[in-house]
Amino acid sequence: MKKINRRTKVVILTIIMTIILIAVYALGVLIPEDAVTGSFLNAKEPPSLEHLFGTDALGRDLLMRTLKGLAVSMTIGIAASALSAVIAVFVGISAAVGSKWVDAFINWLIDIVMSVPHTILVILISFATGRGWKGLLIGITATHWCSLARLIRGEVLQLRSRQYVAVSRKLGKSSGWILVHHLLPHLAPQFFVGLILMFPHAILHEASVSFLGFGLMPEQPAIGIILSESMRYIGAGMWWPAVLPGLTLVLIVLLVDRLGGHLQMIMEPYSAQE
Amino acid sequence: MALEAKNIYFRYNQKQPWILENRTLKIDRGERLAVFAPSGYGKTTLAMLLAGYLKPIKGQILLDDKPLPGKGICPVQLIYQHPEKAINPRWRLKRVLEESGGVREDVMDAFGIERAWLDRFSRELSGGELQRFCVARALMSGADYLICDEISTMLDAITQAQIWNVVLKEAARRNMGIIAVTHNKYLAQRIATRTIDLSNT
Repeated sequence: MKKINRRTKVVILTIIMTIILIAVYALGVLIPEDAVTGSFLNAKEPPSLEHLFGTDALGRDLLMRTLKGLAVSMTIGIAASALSAVIAVFVGISAAVGSKWVDAFINWLIDIVMSVPHTILVILISFATGRGWKGLLIGITATHWCSLARLIRGEVLQLRSRQYVAVSRKLGKSSGWILVHHLLPHLAPQFFVGLILMFPHAILHEASVSFLGFGLMPEQPAIGIILSESMRYIGAGMWWPAVLPGLTLVLIVLLVDRLGGHLQMIMEPYSAQE
Repeated sequence: MALEAKNIYFRYNQKQPWILENRTLKIDRGERLAVFAPSGYGKTTLAMLLAGYLKPIKGQILLDDKPLPGKGICPVQLIYQHPEKAINPRWRLKRVLEESGGVREDVMDAFGIERAWLDRFSRELSGGELQRFCVARALMSGADYLICDEISTMLDAITQAQIWNVVLKEAARRNMGIIAVTHNKYLAQRIATRTIDLSNT
């Protein structure tokens, strides 16, 4: 058998992970509403072959709810982290390229946003903008761009002083051309890895804020909602509504985190030969 | 038709002594000047000033009695000492040539650039191989003056001769002015029509 080199292996793993994530998401979206309507006849059943994750206090199948909840959480997570990564790139580049006072203002803004604990800020913003998925989206987006923006600002400052950028300018290339051809390709790994590493944060914030009751509405099947409901029954020995959906969330978060690491390996030319 | 430095002063910051003090230098098209000095006498700084990468604190750099153009392709091109820093590590080398006007077979043959190198990243080539790309890039931009800041220090004698032969031939054909910054006295004697020593002027 031909030996597969490490790069190919990483690429294959990355593709498999992406497929799993897409499958989880698609399942969540495709599951019909009847699958999550239960009957009181089989309420509070522990995990069995019929209901792999058991059922909750209203007799709904928890596996179905978890999958549906994951889809909701993932949508919010992806949207929020993509939005804040885009904001981070814009802010980071304008801080690095703009005049002194723009840079000072942006740094001041980043300091302010970062000095308030994320969760509190997300709760406040989410509550003020009417809760639900819209409030959460705005809340998470508004709080998560800071560290990536700071990273990108530093990166651009460093890149701008590189010799090949100076040479490019002397070869008559415009600032826009240099931005597109020299700077942005260098920022792409930062952007994608930053985005993917932000996703677990976003999804966990979504879950925790919903858990606390400031995020999604109770009728929406988000993971945070399931977990917060499960707290009411955990004292009565019902462990499965807390443990199984919680573990699934952790698994998904881990999967995305690994995916980020793999993408980084693929995109760095320094590991091209490995 | 000349590139000249008129009474230039330069230092990297206020606290340091002048690196270049009241330095005047002139080179005509078709002339080949070797700048010669021990380490720390501002050879590289002078090269960067002449190519417009740095601005003199006092004095002027003039090209045909006008300041260097700020936009467009600069008629004075500088080739750096370290080619690996002057090439974007994320680019395949084909793009390095394309950046200054396209991949030309004759230039590649002249510099001994193998076709297989074009699809590689810069870290997959050696310093000497990369330097050929940097020289080719500078030549193909259509420059009138070429400033070579120790471009052949890291090359073996054969490659050194090969690269300089191409540069000199092209310079003669296009009537270019060449400033070669070097440590190597023999190289300076071999390529230059005139030599200046920064340490005793």
